[in-house]
Amino acid sequence: METRTVPRIVTSRITAYDDSHTIERFLATGGYDGLRKALSMTPEQVQAEVLTSNLLGRGGAGFEAGKKWSMMRKAPTRYLVINGDESEPATFKDHMLVEGDPNQLVEGTIISAYAIQACQAFIYLRGEFALGLERVQQAVNDAYRNGALGEDIFGSGFSLDIVVQPGAGAYICGEETALLESLEGRRGMPRIKPPYFPAAMGLYGEPTIVNNVETMANMPWIISNGGAAFAALGAGRSTGTRIFALSGHVNNPANYEVEMVKTTFRNLIYDEGLGGGIRGGKELKCFVPGGASAPWFGPQHLDLPLGQDEVGKSNGVLPGGGGSMLGSGSIVVMDQDTDVVRAAWRLARFFARESCGKCTPCREGTSWLDKVMKRIVDGHGRPGDLELLRDVCDNIAPGLAFPYAMTTICFLGPSAAMPIMSALTMFPEEFERRVGSAPAGSLPGKPETAGVV
Amino acid sequence: MPTKPTVETFTITVDGREVEAEKGEMIIAAAERGGTYIPRFCWHPRMKPVGMCRMCVVDVKGPRGWGLVPACYVPVGPNMEVNTQSPRVKKAQDGILELLLINHPLDCPVCDKGGECPLQDHTLAFGPGETRMAEEKRHFEKPIPISDLVLLDRERCIMCARCTRFADEVAGDPFIQIIDRGNGSQINVFPDEPFASYFSGNTVQICPVGALTASPYRFKARPWDLDQVESTCTVCAVGCRVALQSSSNRLTRMLGLDSEPVNHGWLCDKGRFSIDAVNSENRLSTPLVRRDGELVEASWGEALDAAAAGLRAARDLHGPSTLAVLGGARLADEDAYAWAKLAKGVLGTDNVDCQMGDGLPAEVVLGLPRATIEDATWADTVILLAPDLKEELPVLHLRLREAARDHGVAIIELSSRATGLTVDAKASLRHQPGWAPAVMAALLAEGDPTESVAGVAPEALQRARRLLAPDRSVVVVLGRGSLAESAEPTVQAALALHRARPSATFLPALRRGNVNGALELGLAPGLLPGATSLADGATRFAEAWGSVPGARGLDTTAALAEAADGRLHGLVLLGADPLTDHPDRWLARRGLSGAGFVVAVDAFRTPSVEQADVVLPVAIWGERPGTTTNIEGRVTRLGQKVVPPGVAWADWMVASELAFALDADLGLESLAGIATEIERLAPSRAGLTPARIDDRAARDGLVVPLATADAPPVPGEIEANDDPGVAAVQGHVETGAPAGVGPDTGGEPGGPVAAPSSAPAPARVRPPAPSPAAGVKTDAYKLRLVSSRTLYDAGTIVQESGALAKLAATPALHVHPSDINRFSLGDGGLVRVTSSRSVATLTVMADPTLPRGACWLAFNLGSPGAADLIDANEPITDLAVESA
Repeated sequence: METRTVPRIVTSRITAYDDSHTIERFLATGGYDGLRKALSMTPEQVQAEVLTSNLLGRGGAGFEAGKKWSMMRKAPTRYLVINGDESEPATFKDHMLVEGDPNQLVEGTIISAYAIQACQAFIYLRGEFALGLERVQQAVNDAYRNGALGEDIFGSGFSLDIVVQPGAGAYICGEETALLESLEGRRGMPRIKPPYFPAAMGLYGEPTIVNNVETMANMPWIISNGGAAFAALGAGRSTGTRIFALSGHVNNPANYEVEMVKTTFRNLIYDEGLGGGIRGGKELKCFVPGGASAPWFGPQHLDLPLGQDEVGKSNGVLPGGGGSMLGSGSIVVMDQDTDVVRAAWRLARFFARESCGKCTPCREGTSWLDKVMKRIVDGHGRPGDLELLRDVCDNIAPGLAFPYAMTTICFLGPSAAMPIMSALTMFPEEFERRVGSAPAGSLPGKPETAGVV
Repeated sequence: MPTKPTVETFTITVDGREVEAEKGEMIIAAAERGGTYIPRFCWHPRMKPVGMCRMCVVDVKGPRGWGLVPACYVPVGPNMEVNTQSPRVKKAQDGILELLLINHPLDCPVCDKGGECPLQDHTLAFGPGETRMAEEKRHFEKPIPISDLVLLDRERCIMCARCTRFADEVAGDPFIQIIDRGNGSQINVFPDEPFASYFSGNTVQICPVGALTASPYRFKARPWDLDQVESTCTVCAVGCRVALQSSSNRLTRMLGLDSEPVNHGWLCDKGRFSIDAVNSENRLSTPLVRRDGELVEASWGEALDAAAAGLRAARDLHGPSTLAVLGGARLADEDAYAWAKLAKGVLGTDNVDCQMGDGLPAEVVLGLPRATIEDATWADTVILLAPDLKEELPVLHLRLREAARDHGVAIIELSSRATGLTVDAKASLRHQPGWAPAVMAALLAEGDPTESVAGVAPEALQRARRLLAPDRSVVVVLGRGSLAESAEPTVQAALALHRARPSATFLPALRRGNVNGALELGLAPGLLPGATSLADGATRFAEAWGSVPGARGLDTTAALAEAADGRLHGLVLLGADPLTDHPDRWLARRGLSGAGFVVAVDAFRTPSVEQADVVLPVAIWGERPGTTTNIEGRVTRLGQKVVPPGVAWADWMVASELAFALDADLGLESLAGIATEIERLAPSRAGLTPARIDDRAARDGLVVPLATADAPPVPGEIEANDDPGVAAVQGHVETGAPAGVGPDTGGEPGGPVAAPSSAPAPARVRPPAPSPAAGVKTDAYKLRLVSSRTLYDAGTIVQESGALAKLAATPALHVHPSDINRFSLGDGGLVRVTSSRSVATLTVMADPTLPRGACWLAFNLGSPGAADLIDANEPITDLAVESA
């Protein structure tokens, strides 16, 4: 591992202070410095700085933040929406940021709103973040009190209001168009594309930028230290540092901010000060590299660098050889004793339960996958079930390759197929062993059917 | 400025075939026009795409090769290549159908949709042969009523959201929603808030499975047992095109047909479900003659002889001007012509009126330049000087709602009460009842108003004035906003606008099925068929008919007043029920009892029929062919699907036979013969031959007068209305109005009609001159009554249609909350109201949409009702109120 010091960009306060969420600590540790500097620049200069940094969006898709901004349709009314609806299993980085450093999030939001000249910003937070909602609202109030929000911010002539909006408990509202529907007061269901980008037609039909919480948290540092300083970290397209949420069978499950690309999965899972190795000294069986919807990796992938393209263009396990994704940066480690069939079922069930129900393949397909997986897990699988699984997955994500082709409106449906196809491809013998393994004469449990009256 | 967009077209390739596609069109629509059907469930051509079912995925060649895209929301592009048959498409469609079927119950044998079910059809055409689903299917309680008319079976639902989108986008009644999520998603209503929409039946029609069923049709028939004919709904005057279906000589179901210029496939529930009235047990099936004070069954011969004898005696003793023929707005065009010929040519009376004192003067309706529905939906500004269209002409309401939302048409509403379109109106001018002319004058005056006019704030007037800038096209929807005031304020407001703005066109909001056809074909005082005035048409019709009345006769109100005074000796009611429909029941009652001899030609035993001396039973819609004419003057074919009950005849046959009994011969022996005679004699119908209207190209009907007699107009296009002010005036009639009033179109009234050579040039009716009208000052100690109709009422059609009968509301007197306080009434309490006619006790309901000092009472919700309080001879109706 390299010896040069890598700065903590988004977790500097969180890792150093117990009271990192307070406005006092924030102001005492350079709070609003980035904002003041941004306001002394033109919006175009701020955008250019972010473009220089090559900051990739931290929500999952990994699109260049500055590029996204530049795609915004020119219109008098523009909105900035912060996506804090982090609800995927094993993803908890935004959770930490909103609770640990809410003022940083608010500062980054104001900088971004200034850069795109938004008239109004919304911070949409997962409804279950009770403490986070309180702290972000406090941070917004504190920003108003300190002149960082409202009319004529810091005498710059720029004005902005931020509304903090809690979600109502739906994973799908993390999909940006579903989030916008929810924000408009409607049922959270993804919009059809085209129009492809909210930057062209978003909230209330106006051009809207939707950015992730962590993306915003990077802004104060980038403006204070310059985009070039950020771009000097990492390599290739993946610059700067990034928080990885490490969980599963490791000794030290936690969020870690590490330099991109210069760190590998092996570093993250095994290094002291990071994951610290597999719990109980066991062997690694497989791991999820980037959130519940990412195709799995095996031990052969450990030395891949933590970089967008490095993971995306690697040699993955799915048919067609497509790689996987860093996604939301959550890594789930499974040791040698893991029941991968059950693990795949639990993930598939999550997606079935969180399907919004808008389009047929996802609404019907994910719940069917859930039912078939459940009977296999219970030992009541039938001959042909594995073929059936593959075919239903193929109907939701045609070709079963990664990145997925879709018959659905959004990525939720194909996401359900990924863990199943990963497990089935990597460990077919475990599935085959499981099918029909229940003792003769035992009865299958009543299937879980949603919507039973 | 909302103009109907001109369409740019380009070529795309669908399965190797070149298809002409329109810019902005979705692949699915372009392919279908080109002959390639792409399977779909959620897509509906009259609603925005939603992309939920995914059945319509097709292969499209893009910059990165072929890819699956949904055809329902991806618009066509130039040179686009589409493959609907690739193995990948087949696999995807197979997969989607399997997924739709895994939880769909196999209750097709008892499902109303079985046999006409898109899911069934698509499964046969595109789907897998068997299921691989081994688990228990999704279960819901089935079915649950979501309104009085619609039941929902959530197990059958495939979540296409057609119903919720219709309710929200089209009807504006978003009472049904998707609730829960994922596999448990279901359509449902909010607790205690039923899907009480006037348009709920459309959701049943567009449901692609049997999830939504209508209680009147449920389990009544199988689709393959139904016979079908195209027709036009005549329950109101919009003229929606329908498919009329029957089984075993009973009308079983009515479905909306997608007529581009008229109804876009939609129907209101009153129209859709009123077929039960045709099937009713209470239909008149045999002639009746009064003997010893009782109506007893008689043969046609006896009844016609009795009718002829009574009418002849009255005419011979007292003269033809003591006869009157009232009603006829429910007749087909041919019936109306036959009765006009009988009344004016044989009986010799001009006391003929198809309106019941609740409409507008015929000269105003026929004389003002006419607009089509399409004109209104693409105008810059639409002025509503009319009753609540949602209650009286529901599908016109839908069209204007769409126009306001999707075309940006600005609506100005002049009314004394909120209507269904108030939320979509750019300016709602809520004025004191009876003051419409003053408000109109303020809109047309020079300079911005600075003071309130009849309760309308100057800001609202200014806002409306801006929407009437000279460069904006204006269409007026014109009807009687309130039956508690005379027609005069409405007429004067309309005439003032016409004089100030000759280019403005008018769409009459008259309600009864064929009132427009009846007026045009001469069932109005002072008029002859073809929108011809008595003076102008006298020579021509005297020649054809033998004679015509010498002087203008009485309208319904005046005729009833004559009868009440004992000066009317013979009265024919053509499907008319003055006791229910005339605004002044006191007058109607005295008129009917005072009339010497009454012949009722009707299909039901209405209260007025009970007063008749001779009753002649007739066929109604669904039982006789012919044509009908809607608010635009659009003539469409009526279809016959069942035979009338008993010995009932078509109205024209009754006219013809009654003429024989009066020793006259109308010379009318067949519908085609009548139609040919109308075409020959009625100037406004020149060129409208039976062959022309029967032509498939005229499926959406033809607007009269025809643009030219030779070239058939393209259906669905605006007809010769590039300059509405000119085109609509042409071919219309002129009354004895003073010269110089209205647009002067010169001496030769030729018009665009290349009239048959045998016919003289058509004369024209012109609207009367406006006269300065002042509103009547309000009495501070009284409330001024506004009265209008509700869709579901105590009328015959609704009450004879089982499913609708219970939907009529209980009448209540709506009063502004501040007036409730002022008169110490108490919301929900009883109030005693006194008019110059009578006293009534009513329940009070707070209604903040009324102007202060006004109150509203539904006209048609039974007794005591507004008709008991209104004096037709008074300009307005003021009520003294006290807590009862």
